[in-house]
Amino acid sequence: MSPRDLNDAGLSPLAVRGLTVAYGAQPVLQGVDMTTVPGAMTAIIGPNGAGKSTLLKACLGVVKPLSGQVSAWGQPTSRQRDRIAYVPQRASVDWDFPTRVIDVVLMGMYRQLGLLGRVRARHFKQAQDCLTRVGMQDFADRQIGQLSGGQQQRVFLARALAQEADLYLLDEPFAGVDAATESAIIAVLHGLRDAGKTVVAVHHDLSTVPAYFDRVFLINRTAQAEGPVDVAFTPETLQATYGGRVHV
Amino acid sequence: MFEALTLQLGYNATLVTLGAAALGVAAGVVGAFLNFRKRALMSDAISHATLPGLALAFLLMVSLGGEGRSLPGLMLGSAVSAGLGLWVVSWLTTRTRLPQDAAIGAVLSVFFGFGVVLMTVIQTLSAGRQAGLEGFLLGSTAGMLRSDALTIAAGGVAVLLAALALRRPLLMTAFDAGYARQRGIDTNRMDGALMALVLAVTVVGLKIVGLVLIVALLIIPPVAARFWSDNAARVIALSGGIGGVSGYAGAAISASAPGLPTGPLIVLTSAAVFTLSMLFAPTRGVIAGALRHLKMRRALQRGA
Repeated sequence: MSPRDLNDAGLSPLAVRGLTVAYGAQPVLQGVDMTTVPGAMTAIIGPNGAGKSTLLKACLGVVKPLSGQVSAWGQPTSRQRDRIAYVPQRASVDWDFPTRVIDVVLMGMYRQLGLLGRVRARHFKQAQDCLTRVGMQDFADRQIGQLSGGQQQRVFLARALAQEADLYLLDEPFAGVDAATESAIIAVLHGLRDAGKTVVAVHHDLSTVPAYFDRVFLINRTAQAEGPVDVAFTPETLQATYGGRVHV
Repeated sequence: MFEALTLQLGYNATLVTLGAAALGVAAGVVGAFLNFRKRALMSDAISHATLPGLALAFLLMVSLGGEGRSLPGLMLGSAVSAGLGLWVVSWLTTRTRLPQDAAIGAVLSVFFGFGVVLMTVIQTLSAGRQAGLEGFLLGSTAGMLRSDALTIAAGGVAVLLAALALRRPLLMTAFDAGYARQRGIDTNRMDGALMALVLAVTVVGLKIVGLVLIVALLIIPPVAARFWSDNAARVIALSGGIGGVSGYAGAAISASAPGLPTGPLIVLTSAAVFTLSMLFAPTRGVIAGALRHLKMRRALQRGA
């Protein structure tokens, strides 16, 4: 165990307490509590407009909450940035941007490189290794807009890997990707989990929840249920979250 | 006497040309970041908002007993009023439901209108004497002092260095602001820094390019450069190069044929580079695209 792991003993990689977020006068999340378990994969699920992405963004400090706290290993997330990797929704990016696949992955090393540090051969090698892990090693020089949706998502995952974080937050990683990409991504995420990392993903496809995830967090503006899949992912909790229109 | 004059002209013209080149490089580089962030039109608001500050600075310096034409004084005045214009645009877009293009249009025209009124007042006051402020509209190298040229060159280099120092956070903010925020980049501050760089380029370029056309030097080089590369670093470098060449060529032509305003010549040079890039760039160019299309159709027909 590294000193970092020892320090983390008993601390939740990501804990949310009484989180309330509003856009203008419209409350999106109200009094949400969430706890994650180290070395587990958690799915955040809920209907459209339930505040799943907002919860993720508030956890990352991208959206400012009205009240409540988010902590990572017992500290404010702003002090644990290097240990938290974020894979945003694909739609958030300008795909015509003049940037190559390898440049996107290098963005994951922004804090290592600093403002003026040169990108050296070892940084390129690290980025290339991350592309290999997601099966995109042959695309390093492509402009990102030339990739398919699934390939773009894998590049985003490679960027998160390049950061060598301990907690991975993903916003709908399987939205609009092909089956091959979905299984490639899930293999990488399971690999991270098996290496003791914590993974939290906003997820839509209820049918794959038991196969992919260890834990679920059900939300619809307020927290509905939380726990291991076999305990918290039940017809009753789904009914409470989705309001009786769901069949699993 | 005549020889001395031409020699003197030659030396000054060289300085001015180099100043214009430095400004062009800075404008091309800053313009690339502005273009990546899709805020190109903000530069239009900024440049037009310089006019009232320019005129007020002139009036202030004259009332204090000065000549009113000191370039640093005029630059300071225009920076203040452009900064105010920028603040009004951002206030309108964040505090009201006004869309940004409407806010830009409103600020641009109101500030410019006020500036034109002040310019008219100055012209009446200095009846007979030439205030020489008209040159700031379309740019002129005529009567430029050596110190002016050096100020412009130094300003251009300073802006260029600042932009390069911030290149990583600026690029990350432009590519995906949400991700950049998560990585600890204050994207609001980065947008502020970008606007400050645009403001600095505008103010530095007022004398040579003029406030009406400085926008072109911020917008045309990056879009021309974009045709040639998908790599942000190369686009930035190329854009700086195109801006530099345009500034150099425009100022040199203007200096050799006095009376021709510098700004339009600089803009026309960069427009020529843009046209060539648009037509002949290898993969993104119009001709390359048409050839690809034709080839594909031929291949399909052969296959059918």
